Amino acid sequence: MTFKSLLSAALVLAVAGSAAAKNIELLNVSYDPTREFYVDYNAAFARHWKAKSGDTVVVKQSHGGSGRQARSVIDGLQADVVTLALAGDVDALHDVAKLIPADWNKRLPQNSAPYTSTIVFVVREGNPKGIRDWDDLVKPGVTVITPNPKTSGGAQWNYLAAWEFARRKYGSDEKAKEFVKALYKNVAVLDSGARGSTTTFVQRGIGDVFLSWENEAFLAQKEFGKAKFPIVAPSVSILAEPSVSVVDKVVKKKGTEAVAKAYLEYLYSDEAQDLAGKHFYRPRSAAAAAKYRGQFLKIELFTIDEKFGGWANAKKVHFADGGTFDQIYAR
Amino acid sequence: MPSSRSSRSVLPGFGLSLGFTLAYLGLIVLLPLAAAFIKTAGMSWSDFVAATTSPRVLASYRLSFGASFAAAAVNATFGLVVAWVLVRYSFPGKKIVDALVDLPFALPTAVAGIALTAIYAKNGWVGSWLDPFWASAVGRLDAALPGVAWKEWLGVKIAFDRPGIFIALTFIGLPFVVRTLQPVIEELEPELEEAAATLGANRWQTVTRVLLPELFPALLTGFAMAFARALGEYGSVVFIAGNQPLHSEITPLLIITKLEQYDYRGATAIAVVMLVTSFVLLLLINLLQKWSRRYHRV
Repeated sequence: MTFKSLLSAALVLAVAGSAAAKNIELLNVSYDPTREFYVDYNAAFARHWKAKSGDTVVVKQSHGGSGRQARSVIDGLQADVVTLALAGDVDALHDVAKLIPADWNKRLPQNSAPYTSTIVFVVREGNPKGIRDWDDLVKPGVTVITPNPKTSGGAQWNYLAAWEFARRKYGSDEKAKEFVKALYKNVAVLDSGARGSTTTFVQRGIGDVFLSWENEAFLAQKEFGKAKFPIVAPSVSILAEPSVSVVDKVVKKKGTEAVAKAYLEYLYSDEAQDLAGKHFYRPRSAAAAAKYRGQFLKIELFTIDEKFGGWANAKKVHFADGGTFDQIYAR
Repeated sequence: MPSSRSSRSVLPGFGLSLGFTLAYLGLIVLLPLAAAFIKTAGMSWSDFVAATTSPRVLASYRLSFGASFAAAAVNATFGLVVAWVLVRYSFPGKKIVDALVDLPFALPTAVAGIALTAIYAKNGWVGSWLDPFWASAVGRLDAALPGVAWKEWLGVKIAFDRPGIFIALTFIGLPFVVRTLQPVIEELEPELEEAAATLGANRWQTVTRVLLPELFPALLTGFAMAFARALGEYGSVVFIAGNQPLHSEITPLLIITKLEQYDYRGATAIAVVMLVTSFVLLLLINLLQKWSRRYHRV
């Protein structure tokens, strides 16, 4: 059913004085830390869509490690939209199962990433080990917590951020590899996902510094207080661009294409951008970015496209079997 | 009611029940296993070898089989004691203790993993004193007997290291040993022990010469089941293991890692290696059991 016919149907119903509008159900398959944001956003979008078309949209959410979520969709989970931690996981929907076209990230502004985040350090109360920047993480006696980049999308951002820092400071990829090797020598627990690492650091009390999504770090502070888990901003970090896409094959089958597209487009609206800022994501819109500027730390951010030649390349060089991550653990 | 003259069995319904058994096993057990083999068959031999013999995978086999074996051995020892106590003695609260044994069966393994990690982490109830104790014990062992990589083998922490894996595997394996032994111990008549005593055996001889040989086949079965269960365990171990490459990564974790990278074939290849190895080991244990039945009849 096209958008117009939906609209006219809604009009007819409205004229007829009947309250029975169409009920639409969408499934948004997302990653771990977006849960709270999408609860708010789904309510906002439902209001917006109701006012626009008269239809009631109920958006169901599914959360988990980004890579595992992508695999569920590939294996047949009927997701109308995916909102994952990194473009590489959305790419897999095309590469492995051809569920979406190859140029999916051109369909929405700013690489189809409506909000961004970055990687920061969370330390213990009073920062007893004096952690200031990436090179403090390789010092002997410092214990680092970060998930396994082989299983966690967030951890791949961490790894690449550390790599780029070292490449700038020491001048070559070779030196960067040595630096990252030394850093992972200090990693005490490699959890399989970001939430697992948060638990290890916050609840189990393991580690001196936790490499965390910025929004997760703020959430931890909100829950446990600013003094207990101070956030340290490194001199340079990566601009994490969590990417979104409609799953073409699914929405065509379910006939939800129009509303699924509108759902993602509305993420760029003022209302949604404000919500993103409220939930500690860095908004894209100038107005929301200005409003929430005060809450974010000043960090020089680089993108994966300019420094690592995009996700496909970064995956091949660093995270594929035999990539640099395997090499630093080889004996 | 004999249905036909060709039916040679005294018991009726053999054809029907055997047909059902084969169909049921085929559908529930063999079909998924066949899928793993078929998926792997699409790989070239060199890809298969590369996927299943990389250093990380080899290290994980050593850890998975080693830790599972150790956990099953400990369970066989202490599970025997638990089963013996539960059958031979009566005491208040026995029913509750008996029910407790089944708990690892019913508990979702992730819950077990999280609970064990909370207890054995260095800020947990047990971990807060056991962790430093273990670290110093292994350190002393390392100093006393150099030449062996004790810290590598035994780990220097409880949770987030190898001891944690061993604890989780012991936890999930216990009911297999106890539940296999209980009915066999119930069958053992106390008169057997009395006869041994009247014939002049001391208590130690009664246990080692009379009771243990009788229990040995069931003990082996329990051991094999606990071992097999530990090999496949994933849910509880990943929380407590620390998951360090080449040190505390179990094989099922590497299978998941491969899946996360959309390498379905690599994942099934490792699974096939585990399957075949487990099958051979279980077969060997079965043979051992048969042998012991034949030679240790009282």
